[in-house]
Amino acid sequence: MIYLHLIYEFFKIGLFAIGGGLATLPFLQNLSYKYPEWYSIQDLMNMVAVSESTPGPMGVNMSTYVGFTTGGIFGGICSTLGLVAPSVIIIIIVASIFNKFKNSPVVDKVFSGIRPASMGLIAAAGFLVMKEALFNIPLFKESGAFMDLFKFKSILFGIVLYIAFVKFNKHPIFYIALAAAAGIIVKF
Amino acid sequence: MKELLKLYLLFVKMGSVCFGGGYAMLPILERELVTNRGWCTKEELIDYYAIGQCTPGVIAVNTSTFIGHKLKGIPGGIVATLGFVTPSIVIISLIATILQYITDLPVVTYAFGGIRICVCVLIISATVKLWKSAITNKTGIGIFLVVFLLSAIWDISPVVVVISAGLFGFIYRTVAEKMAGGKNK
Repeated sequence: MIYLHLIYEFFKIGLFAIGGGLATLPFLQNLSYKYPEWYSIQDLMNMVAVSESTPGPMGVNMSTYVGFTTGGIFGGICSTLGLVAPSVIIIIIVASIFNKFKNSPVVDKVFSGIRPASMGLIAAAGFLVMKEALFNIPLFKESGAFMDLFKFKSILFGIVLYIAFVKFNKHPIFYIALAAAAGIIVKF
Repeated sequence: MKELLKLYLLFVKMGSVCFGGGYAMLPILERELVTNRGWCTKEELIDYYAIGQCTPGVIAVNTSTFIGHKLKGIPGGIVATLGFVTPSIVIISLIATILQYITDLPVVTYAFGGIRICVCVLIISATVKLWKSAITNKTGIGIFLVVFLLSAIWDISPVVVVISAGLFGFIYRTVAEKMAGGKNK
């Protein structure tokens, strides 16, 4: 039963993905290793781009997308409901003990460990995405030529884009559209 | 019932104009809830948002549940969250359906080739931006490096990482406090 499966997997993500935005990315990456028939890392990167360019929180958009890819419209609904269920339960509990929670030393201590770990997870996800987009590892393994390892055009474009991103504080959609146009012209 | 429907529709509206979630949603919430309706104060909103950041789940969803719960109890929390995610479900389902049909066109393949590079850039810059608020001391750098290396090399489950890091943080800080306390005596 794919729907129950989606609810279960996304409930876990909702329970453990902490920090918003890209926090769900490492979990979704892990899911694609666990169930390779659901979606590939390349699919996941396309989902990140679509989720950044559409309204709504990244985590919810990506979950809907993954659910849709695996189980159609109802799959998208199931994965999203699975994702938000732990939030709703936890927040309703926290709301009733709000002041205790806000000043709790236990919460503070636990999060002193989770916050940097969450960053480490996102950075590792970023690293794996980079490996896919900027390096040509299969070609390098086949030919053994060191220069074959790098996708030079892609790396150069990535650096230019990063500088532009840091310098001009425009909305991500702007850069995604720019990258799409560059992709069509240059054919990375 | 009528008030719950109103709450639902308001969160549908906010969910459909809020790009990227996280920090982007704060000004929108402030305008709709504080300025236009007076349903909560700005201080309350900032508190909810802070709690939303340090509870599991998507920050925007947590904040929505919190506000809905404050206004209309448990049904309010559920309704606000459902409202906030409705636009995502509709819009993503539509786009995913369209993309299914055009994804094999060469133009689309090339466009996504470029977009994937941009996604790398977005992830890197998000990591750099978050760095300052998440990593404040040497222990933090240590945890970051261990987690990064472990997850970049092996497909270690993020669930295991988060639980271990939480436990580590709790034990480490408790022991550190005890030792500091011992020295003072």
